[in-house]
Amino acid sequence: MQARQRDSLLVASLKDSLGAAVITFALAVVMVGLRVDVASGRGAELFLENRWLAVAVAVVVVFAGRFAMNIFFWKRDDPPSLNFSGLLPEGGIGERSSKAIKYGLLVLAVVLPFALMFWLGARGSRQYIDLAILVLTYVMLGWGLNIVVGLAGLLDLGYVAFYAVGAYSYALLAHYFGLSFWLCLPLAGILAAFWGIILGFPVLRLRGDYLAIVTLAFGEIIRVVLLNWYEFTGGPNGLSGIPRPSFFGLEFTRGEGGFANFFGLDYSSIHRIIFLYYLIFALALFTNFVTMRLRRMPIGRAWEALREDEIACRALGINTTTTKLTAFALGAMFAGFAGSFFATRQGFISPESFTFLESAIILAIVVLGGLGSQIGVVIAAIVMIGGFELFREFDQYRMLVFGMIMVVIMVWKPRGLISSRTPSVALSKNVKGISADLVQEGRG
Amino acid sequence: MNTWDNNPVLKVEHLTMRFGGLTAINDLSFNVGRGDITALIGPNGAGKTTVFNCITGFYKPTEGRLVMNRSSDEKHLLERMSDFKITADAKVARTFQNIRLFGGMTILENLMVAQHNRLMIASNWTIGGLLGLGGYRKSNLDAIETARYWLERIELIDRADAPAADLSYGDQRRLEIARAMCTGPELLCLDEPAAGLNPKESLELNNLLQYIRKEHDTSVVLIEHDMSVVMEISDHVVVLDYGVKISDGTPEFVKNDPHVIAAYLGVEDGEVELVEEEVGL
Ligand SMILES: Nc1ncnc2c1ncn2[C@@H]1O[C@H](COP(=O)(O)OP(=O)(O)OP(=O)(O)O)[C@@H](O)[C@H]1O
Ligand SMILES: [Mg+2]
Repeated sequence: MQARQRDSLLVASLKDSLGAAVITFALAVVMVGLRVDVASGRGAELFLENRWLAVAVAVVVVFAGRFAMNIFFWKRDDPPSLNFSGLLPEGGIGERSSKAIKYGLLVLAVVLPFALMFWLGARGSRQYIDLAILVLTYVMLGWGLNIVVGLAGLLDLGYVAFYAVGAYSYALLAHYFGLSFWLCLPLAGILAAFWGIILGFPVLRLRGDYLAIVTLAFGEIIRVVLLNWYEFTGGPNGLSGIPRPSFFGLEFTRGEGGFANFFGLDYSSIHRIIFLYYLIFALALFTNFVTMRLRRMPIGRAWEALREDEIACRALGINTTTTKLTAFALGAMFAGFAGSFFATRQGFISPESFTFLESAIILAIVVLGGLGSQIGVVIAAIVMIGGFELFREFDQYRMLVFGMIMVVIMVWKPRGLISSRTPSVALSKNVKGISADLVQEGRG
Repeated sequence: MNTWDNNPVLKVEHLTMRFGGLTAINDLSFNVGRGDITALIGPNGAGKTTVFNCITGFYKPTEGRLVMNRSSDEKHLLERMSDFKITADAKVARTFQNIRLFGGMTILENLMVAQHNRLMIASNWTIGGLLGLGGYRKSNLDAIETARYWLERIELIDRADAPAADLSYGDQRRLEIARAMCTGPELLCLDEPAAGLNPKESLELNNLLQYIRKEHDTSVVLIEHDMSVVMEISDHVVVLDYGVKISDGTPEFVKNDPHVIAAYLGVEDGEVELVEEEVGL
């Protein structure tokens, strides 16, 4: 009996794999095996090249892969994958370890530049501090977008537009009026929030997929305007020579009156990098602080209620339009802050930095991290941005791995890495997080 | 004279609601007495929920007037107001036939969201609250106190920090009523609050409604299918069939109105006696 079963498992697997191999062969013969090329040297003559080896490889890979999957998983009564879920912690990362991660990351972030300097020296650590700045920028953007998508449940695919507004606000104000970074930072936030309201007003009547599409369009509109308003924004050439931030009036320059001179240090360009690091760190923490406060305030609770059930909100006398607008404007404001930081860090901006891909990456960070989870955003940003940059050498495979990681995370944890929701108010002391299965994702 | 004509909290006048070619409500007029429990009954598809949706602004009536008389003598024309204003300003709250709680939020949070408008003002539209100014902290504590009060009433105080979606059906119904009460309404519209409840839960619901009526200045309109519930707790019954009012009066009056029994049981007037026997009315 046992033997028979094994046999039929083998036969069934073989049959299935052969079928797949045949299909692969049929497809690969034309799509991989034959290739039309333009012959160099003999004029522009076309000729047919054949790559039978590649076809054979494809067929063998599909056959072997399919066979293995059949034997070990699909056609088995007791696939080992059944036991996989037991290996993972129940309900994802628990409350306590999530807290530990939070403080661990915070301490790490505070000491990071000095630790890197200590180990790698000023020259060697520069690249890593730069990377950390980039990661923190995305953490901040993720936190900003988390207000809109994670808390209020409004799917915004054009978030990068507000990042662009912030960056261009600072660049243009500095360019035309010579305003300093510290004055422009709040202005950029206010302008971005203003644009958030302007764009949000017509858009927020829409729900779900429609909202997503229209926000996407608005994001592109802003970019296209920046690209084509040549006289004002410099068009595709962008704006360069954006002034660097000062440290309480001290410029990071060599010689008399500079930062290094004032504190009696030897001049090093790393000072500015470290300063920028702490600047974005402070901005990101500010974003987090405000968001966490707001979550415990009526407006934050209304956002989450909106995500849960908009109709019920209206029945409770909540003005859903203004509630959505505040979420949109606030998210935009933080993107504006981050944008002006981006401009001052780069010293050069062009519309190329604000493509849809940026919006998609920020959204991916929020979704992978777990909608509404602040710490999840941090982990996702580190994994995605950090990983993406660290593997720069692998160039073409990078995107592939990146996509694979995203798929794996979404299959493993469809609701993101950290998917439990902490109540915003509680009667008892130690409250449990709410499992993501109960929490709605929002329909716009 | 009866309360509903003497001292109405809500006057529905010539209300008509059409969906394309379908007339869901046709020239409906009735009054809701202040302090009364008014039952709106009728067979499936009679248009009861549609009446609620018109009162609470989710639908704009095709024709007709809906006048809300606040106890402060303010009058609100509900058909001109947007849905959230009706709750916020005219003080009409409602529940839904298919329960609409914030399932991913705790029970306490559900009740806090219901006090949104009051808390927004106390927090100076968030700015004061964010800066930690003045009265917000106190108002927040007051709001929690109000929530606690209602949680004790509906006997869910022990589960205050559990997600609303984890509650049993009967508890969810009562929580939805408590949540509506947290908006401080003068008129409470309940869409089939007893649907799907077991007899014990049904009894608890009756007690809750009696309590609300007695201890708070809240008039109640409820949609109900269960005749025994209606007869027991309501002061005034309005009967709809195919969007038209077929009877209106005290439970005693309505119970003996042959139109009602005919429509409600779906039989000819002649067979009424017979069926009455069967259902034990
Ligand atoms: N939004 C709408 N669009 C079109 N028709 C509607 C709409 N809402 C309700 N109707 C129709 O109006 C009629 C009355 O519906 P309503 O939901 O008010 O009935 P009801 O008395 O609440 O019934 P039930 O006891 O089943 O809840 C039905 O025929 C329904 O199909
Ligand atoms: Mg109904």
